[in-house]
Amino acid sequence: MDPKTLRYAKTHEWAYLEGDVCTIGLTKFAVDQLTDIIFIDMPDVDDPVSAGDSFGEIESVKAVSDLYSPVNGDIIAVNEKLETDPTLISSDPYDKGWLIKVKVEKGTTLDQLMTLEQYEKQIASEEH
Amino acid sequence: MALRTPLYDWHVGHGGRMVEFGGWDMPVQYTSIIEEHQAVRTAAGLFDISHMGRLSFAGADALALIQHVYSNNAATMKDGQVRYGLICNESGGIRDDVLVYRWPYGWAMVVNASNREKIVSWLAEHKNGRTVEIMDQTTTTCMLAVQGPQALELCRGLTEADAEQLAYYHATPTRYRDKGCVISRTGYTGEDGMEIMASAAQAVELWEELIRRGAKPCGLGARDTLRLEAAMPLYGHELSEDIDPFQAGLSWAVKMDKGDFIGRDGLLRRREDATLPRRVGLELSGRRAAREGAAVLSDGRTIGRVTSGTVTPTLNKAIAMAYIDPAFTAAGTVCTLDVRGKTEEARVVPLPFYRRSK
Repeated sequence: MDPKTLRYAKTHEWAYLEGDVCTIGLTKFAVDQLTDIIFIDMPDVDDPVSAGDSFGEIESVKAVSDLYSPVNGDIIAVNEKLETDPTLISSDPYDKGWLIKVKVEKGTTLDQLMTLEQYEKQIASEEH
Repeated sequence: MALRTPLYDWHVGHGGRMVEFGGWDMPVQYTSIIEEHQAVRTAAGLFDISHMGRLSFAGADALALIQHVYSNNAATMKDGQVRYGLICNESGGIRDDVLVYRWPYGWAMVVNASNREKIVSWLAEHKNGRTVEIMDQTTTTCMLAVQGPQALELCRGLTEADAEQLAYYHATPTRYRDKGCVISRTGYTGEDGMEIMASAAQAVELWEELIRRGAKPCGLGARDTLRLEAAMPLYGHELSEDIDPFQAGLSWAVKMDKGDFIGRDGLLRRREDATLPRRVGLELSGRRAAREGAAVLSDGRTIGRVTSGTVTPTLNKAIAMAYIDPAFTAAGTVCTLDVRGKTEEARVVPLPFYRRSK
């Protein structure tokens, strides 16, 4: 997926909305910060998620971080490949390394999330 | 503001991710903790450990002061020998774990960065008129560690004396490019290797020469996973003022028969106390790591706490060290861990988790 077409949460998740299905992943910046990813604890299909709430966790050698949903809805798919090969999220965070797909209510938009340009400004300030 | 080692600019200029540790700005990693960890297990890694406190002792009563504050016996050490031991408080809790070096001309001690000021004042407080001068050489010198199966070979010819010629836990004063330094066959990774202390002014040239010779720069992240696999305790995690050396499994570093020393009475009492939690190794069934503070449970009852945990790069499984109720410390005992609200199964395993093949 083209990072320019994605929207971004402050907590470094990206979101892509197509119809009523929102695909959620973690940005390259976040993945690079974590580096040695060893485990991703994923939710189950049909679990509800709420915007701003944790739906799983990602563990690196050094630390563990929560994964936050940028939208409300129900999980319709999780990327099971990550359970056997968590390095996929490092090598391909915008395609093969996606995390979950959420069915959102009709009329849901991603307008509250950042554009790529806004997100890049945020990470530039975090790097200092 | 945090202190900086003489290699601070080098670290920042070479992608080191800097974190505050023990009052110092230190690199946690340059590339990847796993890569750096594996370099030490399979080849040779290079660490800037200049944050460690380096104290030098001179004067007729140097040995007497060391014996007074130190749990091990320094009096039986030979010139060039290095010995691990504890500095205890009056009740036998651990104020620091240290290495003592005996030189023909005096004594030295390497202490933890986070405890340096505390130990310097503790020594001053307990001098009691003894003729001894303590010099804190931490900021005027540097300390580097080269660790791994290729470490000694790679250091051949670096200094006038070779670390290969030293026995394990021995050290010698020598010279690097015509300036005095010290090399010792010691380390904190579970691999063979050497540590070198030189003047701060030589830090960068020494560091860069070791890289040219093939050592890979490693940060404190890998240092932590390496020492955890080797089950070496880390002050602030496995060791504290409330933990005694017997609980920590360090009774071999306590010599009750050497004469009186600070903490000895407390240690005599605590040695007999069979109710105190003990340090154990835990291996988890799953791949989620239990971090410091996770509760250890048996039948729903809390029996202890994790002090360090990670997923180990060499063994590729989740391991932890914990202090638990002594009734549950037998190898093979099954327990559960509360890992951020979810239960994970674990069992007690003998330490260390990793031992190098000779």
